[in-house]
Amino acid sequence: MAASVGPLENPAQQDYEQGLIERIRDGEREAFYELIRPYERRVYAAAFLILRNQEDAEDCVQETVLKAFKHIRQFRAEAKFSTWLIQITLNDARMRRRKQNRSLMEPIDKAEGDEEPYTPRDFADWREIPSEALERQEIREKLAQALNSLGQIYREVFVLRDMEQLSIEETAKVLGISPASVKTRLLRARLMLRDLLAPGLGGRWSRGIQFAKGVKPW
Amino acid sequence: MVITCDDLWREISNYLDGDVGPELQSAIDGHLRECRRCVAVVAGTRNLIELYGDERVQQVPSGFSNRLHQKLESRLLPSRRHFLGWIVATAATALVIGSFETARSSVLGGPALRSKHAKGSTRVPPDLQVIVAEQGKTFHVARCPFIHGQAGLRTIPALEAEREGFAPCVRCMKKYLDATA
Repeated sequence: MAASVGPLENPAQQDYEQGLIERIRDGEREAFYELIRPYERRVYAAAFLILRNQEDAEDCVQETVLKAFKHIRQFRAEAKFSTWLIQITLNDARMRRRKQNRSLMEPIDKAEGDEEPYTPRDFADWREIPSEALERQEIREKLAQALNSLGQIYREVFVLRDMEQLSIEETAKVLGISPASVKTRLLRARLMLRDLLAPGLGGRWSRGIQFAKGVKPW
Repeated sequence: MVITCDDLWREISNYLDGDVGPELQSAIDGHLRECRRCVAVVAGTRNLIELYGDERVQQVPSGFSNRLHQKLESRLLPSRRHFLGWIVATAATALVIGSFETARSSVLGGPALRSKHAKGSTRVPPDLQVIVAEQGKTFHVARCPFIHGQAGLRTIPALEAEREGFAPCVRCMKKYLDATA
């Protein structure tokens, strides 16, 4: 079943996962299927975050999942399995990206820009949440387009925090940055996305008016 | 404490995550009663967080899951005997989970969730007093910034909210449950 929101962390689920991990460590390979099944979509999203190409992201997921199986004995129960899996995925995806040397083709995100306050540029009123709009492929594409227009450092924190539903501390750990940096980047990511999306989602979508082409995805 | 629009924009993310102190919370609430521009910024930011938090945004390529499992089978389970064992194990797990869900559903005795995409929780204390909005689909703790619409707000026990088809707000309820765990 798809969920519009991420599932609540459930201690019973974590116990169940820990039981599966113990069975895998004892040689019951089949239990690995059940362990990773709930996280396939999230792992793909993490891989796509870095690679931004469906085929590469899918290859990355396949290798990551196999790597997780191979290194399952190294997993420590104090971390969540999902966080561990996402961290392995991001590491693998970054390695692939370095090999592809694609980073040279992209603008460099200046970390020092983090310190500058971001001022919203658009004050379109967008009160009502159009969750039904997500049924439309067009809207999902606009959201993906807006997200992809962010710099890498902002996209990373936004995806991990607001899409993967990691906590600030988990996001910081996965990315190897401080919680304060996560908060600063998250603020900018959210405000930049709102500037990009509010004019379209604030009303035009509901009236079926064609989205204008321009800097904004609307 | 009086704050400006600039102050609010610096804190908007923390405000929506419920990560501000009571004094700042009160100052922001006061500012929002007076400033339409900031109301638009806060509402829009809250909306995009909810939209991107929806799994429908995370699209995977067609056939992705099948290809992943085929890869796993070819690398992890080379023999047919193991594959058949996996089928049996999966079927058994599905049966157990299905029985559990059926039992839980019958205990709650409630209708389907208001959002067909939402997920319930077994972890919320049934007697916890929660807030629901008439037009909403989720239930919240008091002062959650993700409560939509101020009209028709009710305070009811969590069990009652679940019976009425409300699902737990992933943000405020998660924070509450983590804090009380």
